[in-house]
Amino acid sequence: MNVFHYPQKDINTDLLFPGKYTYTCSTGPEIKEHLLEDLDPSFADTVQAGDIIIAGENFGCGSSREHPSLGLKHIGLKAVIASSFARIFYRSAVNQGLLLIQSPEAVEYYTEGSEVTVDPVAGEVRVGDRVFTFPSLPDEMLEILKDGGLLNHIKKQFAPGAGV
Amino acid sequence: MGETFAIKILSRAAGKKVREGEIVFVEPDYILTHDNSSAIIGKFESTVPGGRIRYPERVAIVLDHVIPAASSKHASGHRKVREFVREQGIANFYDIGTGVCHQVMPEMGLVKPGSIVVGSDSHTCTYGAFNCFATGIDRTEAAGIWITGKTWFKVPPTINIDLTGAFTAGVSAKDLILTVIGDIGAGGANYMAVEFNGPAVGGLRICDRMTIANMGIEMGAKIAAFPANIVTSKYYEALDIPITSAIWSDYDAEYARTLEYDLENIVPVIACPHQVDNVVPVGEMAGMKIDQIFLGTCTNGRVEDLKTAADILRGEKIHSSVRMLVAPASRAEYLKAMKMGIVEDLVSAGAVVLPPGCGPCLGAHQGALAPGEKCLSTANRNFKGRMGEKEAEIYLSSPETAAVSALSGKICDPREVLK
Repeated sequence: MNVFHYPQKDINTDLLFPGKYTYTCSTGPEIKEHLLEDLDPSFADTVQAGDIIIAGENFGCGSSREHPSLGLKHIGLKAVIASSFARIFYRSAVNQGLLLIQSPEAVEYYTEGSEVTVDPVAGEVRVGDRVFTFPSLPDEMLEILKDGGLLNHIKKQFAPGAGV
Repeated sequence: MGETFAIKILSRAAGKKVREGEIVFVEPDYILTHDNSSAIIGKFESTVPGGRIRYPERVAIVLDHVIPAASSKHASGHRKVREFVREQGIANFYDIGTGVCHQVMPEMGLVKPGSIVVGSDSHTCTYGAFNCFATGIDRTEAAGIWITGKTWFKVPPTINIDLTGAFTAGVSAKDLILTVIGDIGAGGANYMAVEFNGPAVGGLRICDRMTIANMGIEMGAKIAAFPANIVTSKYYEALDIPITSAIWSDYDAEYARTLEYDLENIVPVIACPHQVDNVVPVGEMAGMKIDQIFLGTCTNGRVEDLKTAADILRGEKIHSSVRMLVAPASRAEYLKAMKMGIVEDLVSAGAVVLPPGCGPCLGAHQGALAPGEKCLSTANRNFKGRMGEKEAEIYLSSPETAAVSALSGKICDPREVLK
């Protein structure tokens, strides 16, 4: 499992996915090719399912484009752990079913090479020898995340017999 | 203590008293989408095959981001949107050339004071200028709202920005909002609402309010809103739309933070690469050579902005070392500028006029930059790679600064010309 460490604050949506591709790439495989292209050109080739990103403050600020959250979910990223997230990106991650963990303490404690594991049910992140807890999402958002994103959540509601 | 705009408008929409931090479900009055509608249609159709939009009258679609289509792929996306609009009976559809969505929505009377508007575009916060609770969402959520008609919000705390005084010559709304963003940072209002209050609000024009509210997202704000007043009343009178639902904070509302700005003290500023909060006085950058100037966008592409530039460039020539692109924010603004002779002034000075739309702002077409080039833009973002080239530099300024800098091809303090 790889940990990608981008400690700088305000990593914006153009760095996560350049705007020039937003109207020509919309599926997971199309997006993956350009993920983090202007931040870390090696990311798309090295990232694997189960990997983790550790980032600084205000991660994902800027555009409402969902390519970053959709792309990261598509490759099976385990979680993004950041000091804080920009709100549209945060919301978008919930909509895609991508786990975001806000834990400035875990981010600060992390050093290159530390082992990182995540237990979303217990609300715990382990970094090296320390365990950090993170608060659970509000129930409404947790439901969406558990269903694997907003549209799966809606599909479930609209399924025959769901009573909607 | 009294309540903020955010608490009051969300309480009304939720049909109950809400408090900060609570999650509320509301039905937005309008859902805006643009060129990205083609991707949203795909999500809609795969979630509810053969389904109908819950409230087609609340959906607005504006094709503005890559217009005219830059490639066959873009054209196919546009065609898919046109077909879907017909199938679903979406009346509020505005095809290429109508303008940038954030200019078109108010022009068409779709954003009314006191309404809740969401859009699959982060600059949806622009409608705060019109006393709306307006914010950006992603494509997936837009598809969800097409299906269900509703979404959720967490009731935000509020930053109060109290404005006094009046701008001095050569200084305008863009300088104010860039100064605020420079002060509180790109994440300074994250998850929060921003209200603009104080005596100076009465002196701001609709275009000024739009420039300011538009950039709320650049400090992370969920919404950035103004009260309805005489300026708003006149705007809606001209559209023949009665204002019936305006709402605002109580005089004793409780704010997370209050910031005070005397407009008298605001100076021309520039946001330097590659962050909008990297703001310095124009004077510090004066003399730096630039390759391209871009006047336009949802931030500064209105007729007042074009007139500001035309007043500076009339009878002059843009310096031979720089190229200047102008994109009017909408067809209506373009026509006004034509009738006023502004387009003639700008074209005579050497500017290249682009169709009303987002133009080069997002780097997908029109006016892309070469590696190492510098662009002075009146847009709202200067992120690395934003205009299609990661080795280029984007500087953000007011139309005043952009126009005076066109004369020399170098960054210039507009107060040296506008006294």
